[in-house]
Amino acid sequence: MSTGTTKLDVVVSDVVPVNELVTRFHFRRRDGALLPRFSGGAHVVVEMRDGERTRLNPYSLMGSPLDTREYTISVRRDDVGRGGSLFMHRNVRPGMEMVISYPVNLFSLDLRARKHLMLAGGIGITPFMAQTAQLAAEGGNFELHYTCRTASLGTYADVLRERYDRRVRLYHDDRDERIELDRLLSSQPLGTHLYVCGPSGMIGWVRDSAASLGWPTETVHFEHFAAPQPGAPFDVTLGLSGRTIRVGEQQSLLEAIEAAGVDPPYLCRGGVCGQCETNVIAHDGKFIHNDHWLSEEEHRSCKKIMPCVSRFEGRSLVLER
Amino acid sequence: MAAKSIISRPVYGTLSLQPGKHHLFVADAEGALAITDLASKAPAGFFANAHIIFILGNDGKHVAALQALKPAQFYQGHSFANALPRLKQTLANAHMGLRLYLAGTEGLIGQAMQAALEAGIDHTSIQTEHRGSLARRIQCVHCKGITENVTTQPATCSHCGLLLLVRDHYSRRLAAFQGVCINAEDRSEIPPAEEIFR
Repeated sequence: MSTGTTKLDVVVSDVVPVNELVTRFHFRRRDGALLPRFSGGAHVVVEMRDGERTRLNPYSLMGSPLDTREYTISVRRDDVGRGGSLFMHRNVRPGMEMVISYPVNLFSLDLRARKHLMLAGGIGITPFMAQTAQLAAEGGNFELHYTCRTASLGTYADVLRERYDRRVRLYHDDRDERIELDRLLSSQPLGTHLYVCGPSGMIGWVRDSAASLGWPTETVHFEHFAAPQPGAPFDVTLGLSGRTIRVGEQQSLLEAIEAAGVDPPYLCRGGVCGQCETNVIAHDGKFIHNDHWLSEEEHRSCKKIMPCVSRFEGRSLVLER
Repeated sequence: MAAKSIISRPVYGTLSLQPGKHHLFVADAEGALAITDLASKAPAGFFANAHIIFILGNDGKHVAALQALKPAQFYQGHSFANALPRLKQTLANAHMGLRLYLAGTEGLIGQAMQAALEAGIDHTSIQTEHRGSLARRIQCVHCKGITENVTTQPATCSHCGLLLLVRDHYSRRLAAFQGVCINAEDRSEIPPAEEIFR
């Protein structure tokens, strides 16, 4: 099923180390044709075939939407994650054939906005690379505030300053530079939309501040792919297909369902799009919800789960799959 | 309250307090009562950051009640057209953090919302409450003329004179309902007009 995830056969055309943590990967179509068009903020799901195991991780497209000869993503190495970024850094070489999904945009610009105010933290800069390129080409009004730990970890900060000069403002943690958020948010002209991508703490801070300062929710856009968290293994019964499967420590529930040959819908694999929402038939235990899709009320109801990022602890769980 | 018939037909709510730095109210006639109802739930000092633009009804009532709220700015006028330059100016100089509340007749809500949309406010972030007359502002789809305060079904276009069926089909961009010729096949067929939008 895999809604909207038609596959693209690509070849890795370049691998470029950007700094000590981040590497950029370029993909071209194996048949040499142009890639599908996309809009700034879109991501692709990259299939990583690692021996027996297949990982599917979403990454924002960071190239200009005006150039579809190649797609580029930037991957920050996470030494304690589930291994997707390490696989990209260690195993992916130029010339390698890979499969990626069609682009999907869950973080698109609202082009009705009079102005676009963008806040990036760390590797959260990648969707803004594409969005700023898109806006700059159309003469769009934007301002980007980018926080990074140190200048050397300010991925693409130099490129952005070079391209957009004073429309980009940098903040370095090691120099104690902080976004003056209240002042920034209170001085924006009516009709401004706000975009934030970065660590979940930053997204929470920005969303809460914007809400209390009177920014309507429709004007605040955010993207946070929650990488599936590892956890204790657990058993799940798939009510419709009548199978009981085990979710491994390093495996997500969605991956375990897929490994059992059931093909549920998915799009982002990061707890934001809602495609893989699954009904709970019965449970005896505790849910560990990690998604940004279900409401708090739905989390408490124990009637739904997002299998891409959420887990379960307890005796038994029966899902409608 | 207006019932939902087709998707474009606006549905109004009840004004509720929004977090914000500035609060702009636009109301006409009995719309003032929606503001005073809201005020009864507002924390002290709320109206110190408020601006009220009020268009008087035929009875001339409610001015004192609104002034008693001690808004930072208060304007009263006799028509929406008179108030519009002030509304546009206020929106043009505003910053994010301004919240907009519209209360009163459909014509007032629709036209104030039209100005707000042009200033970049999304219609879903505007608080609205319908009070008073159900009279409609309609656009004749044939001559494009706007007729105000339509209370009958069908209604005569004040520009081209065609007899129009007043539809629930609404345009936010025009702030008007659609009027379509009701007897295009045979002009001699004249259905009786009923006063249904009072």
